[in-house]
Amino acid sequence: MEMLVALAIGILTASGTFLTLRGRTFPVVLGLTLLAYAVNLFIFSSGRLVIDGAAVLQQGLPVPDPLPQALVLTAIVIGFAMTAFAVILSMRARADLGNDHVDGSIRSQQNDGDQR
Amino acid sequence: MSHLPILPILIPMLAGILLLLPPLRTTLTRQRIASLVSAGINLLVAVVLLNQSATGEVAVYAVGDWHPPYGIVLIADRLSALMLLLTAILLFAALLYASAGEDETGRFFYPLMMFQALGINGAFLTGDLFNLFVFFEILLIASYSLLIHGGGKHKTRAAVHYVFLNLVGSAIFLFALGVVYGSIGSLNMADMALRVRELSGAELELAKVGGLLLLVVFGLKAAMLPLQFWLPRTYATAPGPVVALFAILTKVGIYCMMRVHGMIFGDYAGDIADLIQPWLWATAILTIAIGAIGALSSPSLKRLAGHLVIVSVGTLLSALAINTPAAISAALYYAAHSTLAGAALFLVSELISEQRGGALDMIVRSRPVAQPVALGITFFITALALIGMPPFSGLSVSSW
Repeated sequence: MEMLVALAIGILTASGTFLTLRGRTFPVVLGLTLLAYAVNLFIFSSGRLVIDGAAVLQQGLPVPDPLPQALVLTAIVIGFAMTAFAVILSMRARADLGNDHVDGSIRSQQNDGDQR
Repeated sequence: MSHLPILPILIPMLAGILLLLPPLRTTLTRQRIASLVSAGINLLVAVVLLNQSATGEVAVYAVGDWHPPYGIVLIADRLSALMLLLTAILLFAALLYASAGEDETGRFFYPLMMFQALGINGAFLTGDLFNLFVFFEILLIASYSLLIHGGGKHKTRAAVHYVFLNLVGSAIFLFALGVVYGSIGSLNMADMALRVRELSGAELELAKVGGLLLLVVFGLKAAMLPLQFWLPRTYATAPGPVVALFAILTKVGIYCMMRVHGMIFGDYAGDIADLIQPWLWATAILTIAIGAIGALSSPSLKRLAGHLVIVSVGTLLSALAINTPAAISAALYYAAHSTLAGAALFLVSELISEQRGGALDMIVRSRPVAQPVALGITFFITALALIGMPPFSGLSVSSW
């Protein structure tokens, strides 16, 4: 199970990082969302993974650490609000600047637009 | 238990909420008066708090009377009281400046300033690492909205970079918190400082990773060398009074480094003592250099001021790198001086750019300003204060 969780977090982080490095705002917002998912899973697993543990409290069963669950709840709420803000800001930037590039202007890769 | 330490959080929060409600939100005059009054009360509380902690007494406030390590504590010692006072002065000055007309350019200016102050005050007071993250997010979301206050192409463009960069920063902060909690087993700063000494083996290495990730996060806030590129453009486009309050934001990063890396990963941290010292010297010197180069090549006054902020961050980092009590006290004095002088320079540049029509604050020839004498004298005084000429506070830092 450790391997599975670690792989999930790793893949989410890798894809999130790749997407945040893209040039347009939509992939960047998606990348930030994936990063937020990865981070939530990561905090969750920082309280150690237990198999067959009690969900909350039960006699004779190992009890999971409740603090990471509280932290993750806070992180989810904040991450959700921040993503909403990023989406709105991207739409505003699309309207104000006329394109959806993160730099506010599209430069073609050979930069031939400037030379002509 | 005295309730004084929580007031700097409660006052801006209540003021911000009340400013959004009918009796106060209806007219701009009411908003101005109400926000100035609450900023004044905030200033008063900060003075009392500094006065109280000047004896060296550390006020520990357990929120909801939940005692550590289970509850969240607020800590008001000399360092945090000094930073609170600095924030309160900046907030009052910025609101006063804004009530001259800047507040008419967009909606919800005063509530947002209050929430910004709430986040900053909370970050200075909290003694819990996760709570620090929450206050960081509060101050960030207020700063996102304040940055685009008034609207316009340039502001939106700068805000996109600023917001995305800080969202990535928040994700790294959370990763760091996960690592730190997983290895050290606590998020209360004082508790962590005790536990970190007993770590060994894999846990020690993990704690090291967590501590260095935190350095990246605070470095992003403080505009430390590889993470400083966002600052000049962001500060150059934001409205004057907003930037005046933003002048304290880089110091929030420095303050957190002092707290987290000075206290938890500091001199007494056992096997990982002085975790960030090997990194600080190089970054500090390079930050000063890049700020100075940027200042020399700035096309406009506000960008120049932004690069000077980077220089002051580098100076503070170098004092942290020396890491002696004398250096740290000089750094604290310099932090107060550079924040106030930097904020003043931003406000003066805003005044100058308002009177110059299309040329704004660009360093080019343009039509004469309406008040050449007044503006010239103000700018001269601000510049003198910045370079630390004798009658101003900067001199005593250089002689330290």
